[in-house]
Amino acid sequence: MSFVQNVPCFSILMAMFAAIITSAVKGKAARRISIFVTAAIGIMSAFLLVFLMGTGESYAYMMGHFPAPWGNELRAGMLEAAMALFFCIIMMVALFGGMEEARADLEADKANFYYIMANLMLASSLALVYTNDMFTAYVFVEINTIAACGLILGKFNELTIAASVRYMIMSLMGSGLLLLGISFFYDMTGHLLMSYMKESILLIWQTGEYRIPLILTIGLVSVGLAIKSALWPFHSWLPNAYGYSTVSSSAMLSSIVSKGYIFLLIKIIYRVIGPEVFAESHIIDILFVFGIIGMILGSLDAVRQKNIRKMIAYSSVAQIGYIFMGIGLGSAEGNGAGVYHIFAHAAAKSLVFVAAYGLIKASGGCRDINGLRGAGFRNKAAGVGFAAGSLSMVGIPGFAGFVSKMMFAEASLETTAYTIPVLAALAISTVLNAIYFMRVVLILYTPLTKEEKAAGMKEKTVDNSWQFKAAIAGGTVLNLFLGICTAPVMRVVKNGLEILG
Amino acid sequence: MGSNLTSNFIEIVAVILFGIGFTDLFLHKNLIKKIIGLNIMDTAVYLFLAVKGYIRGLKAPIIVDQVQSAEVYINPLPSGLVLTGIVVSVSVTAVMLALTICLYNRYHTLDLDVISLKIREKEE
Repeated sequence: MSFVQNVPCFSILMAMFAAIITSAVKGKAARRISIFVTAAIGIMSAFLLVFLMGTGESYAYMMGHFPAPWGNELRAGMLEAAMALFFCIIMMVALFGGMEEARADLEADKANFYYIMANLMLASSLALVYTNDMFTAYVFVEINTIAACGLILGKFNELTIAASVRYMIMSLMGSGLLLLGISFFYDMTGHLLMSYMKESILLIWQTGEYRIPLILTIGLVSVGLAIKSALWPFHSWLPNAYGYSTVSSSAMLSSIVSKGYIFLLIKIIYRVIGPEVFAESHIIDILFVFGIIGMILGSLDAVRQKNIRKMIAYSSVAQIGYIFMGIGLGSAEGNGAGVYHIFAHAAAKSLVFVAAYGLIKASGGCRDINGLRGAGFRNKAAGVGFAAGSLSMVGIPGFAGFVSKMMFAEASLETTAYTIPVLAALAISTVLNAIYFMRVVLILYTPLTKEEKAAGMKEKTVDNSWQFKAAIAGGTVLNLFLGICTAPVMRVVKNGLEILG
Repeated sequence: MGSNLTSNFIEIVAVILFGIGFTDLFLHKNLIKKIIGLNIMDTAVYLFLAVKGYIRGLKAPIIVDQVQSAEVYINPLPSGLVLTGIVVSVSVTAVMLALTICLYNRYHTLDLDVISLKIREKEE
């Protein structure tokens, strides 16, 4: 066994320990520890990714002293390693980009609590990515929920408390369904390790015994995770939670937390239920339909918003719809497009959130879209970042969003029944995306009129910290990388999904 | 079908309790009652796991009188899961209660509809 294979275990433990250590130090040191640990985990995951791309196989990593059917396990393949690396990059973008606002939003003596939550969130997301045990997954889902709630509360005011309560209620409903589903699975299969569960489930499915309980259980698990990742119509908690929290939290929640749950669902589909059984159960159609409706209604809601942060939040509902539509196609291509869209959306959304903060700052704290006029001139870095993120969300060639949308369209051609609804939904949703994102970009680059200048509206350019510029640069490069160097990423996604099962 | 109903009596009770708790958490306006619903829901799952883990006539998995054979004892894993689950639900309940206190101090009500109305006024 090569030393680099310890990385999954080390990275989870490191993030956990970082959370414990940050509770004992002051805010600034806590932030440094957080950034250092994220960077270290990212570098380690990159090594693991290179190693696994060389071997082309996934491996199981025994946790504790009991061997496979009884003990606990981690399992890593190249997709898991890529996801961990990606989470670390997004986390860096979020932490750097939100550093200035965090200074203003967090109470000075409580700043370290925020970084405890950030580290715990990273640890639990990594655990969701790597774990091979259903009950471990449930426990980390709950840890993730509590950590995300803490992240929303980083900026402590009336709005965020109400948002976090709503988030907790919806989330707890989701994890309750997930827990019941896992208990049913355990009852039917007698295993908790994912790979062993799959064998039993395949057997049960073939004999035709327990057909209804099995479909019901698949439904419970899928709906539970769909609620937690804010698939339409379970998205009511999302806009306020993303819209009012501090910018780092919004970026992390939209790009890491909800994506972690979706990745867990994809993993359960491949490793527990089996793609064939999942495709034969009718749950997949429900996800497909909800995904398509979400794509359109989420975008329509986003068009109506006046607050820029809430507009971006509603756009997340639409993008989550894309991913679930991909899963709902039920083919390897559909799932591949879904996973690619996880990358593309997370990269674009975190960039847009961070850039929106810079634009709001340049407009004197105004969050109304019409009040942002000319902000692209006043804060050049943020303007460029927002434009790049928007282009990616709309799906302009050369940016990440285009590749995943093309993959969705290609995947839909496999089954004729799906082709027309998918292409129609893609077209409508893209137009709506263009309407609300390009409207903002146009407003950003419309200069103020003379009367407005005379009326004393701000025209001064603002200075950005180097951290903010680094975050914007990093996010833009990531979007361009995913949009241009698609072949290696696609290979990781495709081969990774094959060995995920 | 009918025979299953009697032999799986407690499992059925557990699932019905889960439904009651879930509906409570979903539909009740009062936050405290929502939290009670959450606890009923979680406890129902533990009841389900505990019932599934218990086999009539077998002993608790603690070795007494040097009897080592696995046939005599029940599987300790479901009980372990229940314990882990209880820890999780206690911490989640604690967080929810703390949030409820904060919310009550700010809005002076526990009714979520009234709170949403106040938020909407604030936004405009």
